[in-house]
Amino acid sequence: MEKLMADLKAQIIQQLNLKHLKPEDIGDDQPLFVEGLGLDSIDALELIVLLQQEYNIKLANAEDGPKVFQSVRTMAEYITANKPA
Amino acid sequence: MTHSVNIATDPLSSGEGRGEVFITGYSIISNGGVEKDGHLVWKEPSAQHTDNFLVSAYRQMGLSYPKFFKMDNLSKLGLLASENLLSGTDLKGKYKPDEISVVFANASSSLDADQKYFDTIKDIASPALFVYTLPNIVIGEICIKNGFKGENAFFVFDKFEAKFLHQYVQTLMQQNTNKACIFGWLELIGDSYEAALFLLEKEAADKTNPFTLENIYKLYS
Repeated sequence: MEKLMADLKAQIIQQLNLKHLKPEDIGDDQPLFVEGLGLDSIDALELIVLLQQEYNIKLANAEDGPKVFQSVRTMAEYITANKPA
Repeated sequence: MTHSVNIATDPLSSGEGRGEVFITGYSIISNGGVEKDGHLVWKEPSAQHTDNFLVSAYRQMGLSYPKFFKMDNLSKLGLLASENLLSGTDLKGKYKPDEISVVFANASSSLDADQKYFDTIKDIASPALFVYTLPNIVIGEICIKNGFKGENAFFVFDKFEAKFLHQYVQTLMQQNTNKACIFGWLELIGDSYEAALFLLEKEAADKTNPFTLENIYKLYS
């Protein structure tokens, strides 16, 4: 899980062009949206693309988005639970 | 799209008699250099690709606006040129948000971003790139950053059509709602870029440069 979260932080920075941040600037449980990293709706779409590109996971239910993308940890948990065999 | 204006007879081409609109500042970014009001602010020490130059200029100008890194290069160039233009000014203190307009033109529209977006379609289309596939997005970015809510327009020409733009902006500035305007040329495609932005104001302490076609050519040619 720790390795996956570290990878995710680097991938989020790359995918979302957050070049002012380093992976260690993103907390495991820090909210990704609003008061946390300040991501917006376009970033949410990019996170969906990231899941698909890097982990071959399609977000089956869009309503799950807010819960899945709450933090790096929740993303990692979703990936672990849904990664194709 | 071409336009022809006779400078000698066009009443809008001369500031004389009107005198209420002045060029109060200008900002030029080209060939690795950043200039403000004719003075070199910063010059990159060695030639860089556009991506690197824009980030270097951002850091050199001491800006702190994380959204910059998410923008396409045209928006980055526009933001840098406008920040350079507005440094040391107090537009927000002098004018209401809807009294400040923005008018730009270029030759390549948003083609730089269009091509990058097109490249992603082969795999998974990037939403973050897609939102920059219009040239006027850069105006939105500048307006969001500064809180401007006035008129805006983005024209696409083969070259800097100073006559048309001068006439358009002069007409715009005759409307009572417009008291200041950022206008100019904002061209970027690949590693070729050039920004020349002018700040126009009705209320100007320095009336050295009336907003005339001649002065546009004098300051940027």
